[in-house]
Amino acid sequence: MPDVNRGNRPLSPHLQIYRPQLTSMTSILTRITGNALLLGSLLIVWWLLAAASSPAYFEFVDNILTCWIGKLIMLGSIWAIWYHLLAGLRHLYWDTGRGLEIEVAEKLGWAVIIGSVLATIITIVIV
Amino acid sequence: MAFMTDRKRATGMGSAKEGTHHHWNMTISSIALLILVPVFVFSIGPMIGEPHDAVVAYFARPFPAIVSALTIVIGFLHFKNGVQVLIEDYVHGTARKLLIVLMICVSYGAMATGLFAIAKLAL
Repeated sequence: MPDVNRGNRPLSPHLQIYRPQLTSMTSILTRITGNALLLGSLLIVWWLLAAASSPAYFEFVDNILTCWIGKLIMLGSIWAIWYHLLAGLRHLYWDTGRGLEIEVAEKLGWAVIIGSVLATIITIVIV
Repeated sequence: MAFMTDRKRATGMGSAKEGTHHHWNMTISSIALLILVPVFVFSIGPMIGEPHDAVVAYFARPFPAIVSALTIVIGFLHFKNGVQVLIEDYVHGTARKLLIVLMICVSYGAMATGLFAIAKLAL
């Protein structure tokens, strides 16, 4: 497209311009938690494979999952999965066209943050 | 350049007409995971750190085996579609395509591995 003006067009304000807000931060966290959950998920699949293989191999993988670094990943994954679940619930609600006003969206953001921490504590206590 | 018309410039640059399908897939898998994830966390979660025979006996039961299989399949389908959008936003050109292909391989690979393990434990 030779006659199209490229590179000299006005750009809409982006991340460098906007002040961080609750709505943008909770949105970015949704993406980070969702994708970071790959690590914990692969560990669980590895643990299942080890259980299906042999007792010796199971012990090897089980030790990795229950050492402090494994426990840290599991703890992080528990918070990430609750955060991502609640944030996803918020998206399903938004998809119906409701809750898009700034005050409501911010309240829902706080609900997601507080709810994910509470759910994590409940999970640690029960599981 | 004089031969370029607005129509000619726009033709072929529109949507591939499948974006809504991607979004609909995410909606369906997210609703499924809304139910599966809490069930998975509270039923399978306590088994991590348990001895080998206890884990083997646990997955021989129908409920844990079926819930884990469903969670792993739908979870990794949801991840495959989600990570695709992440890659499309931040990676460009050939690296984008290669990374999407790699993540599809990882997703289906993990799915197959998980299903194989559960089938072996359950049967």
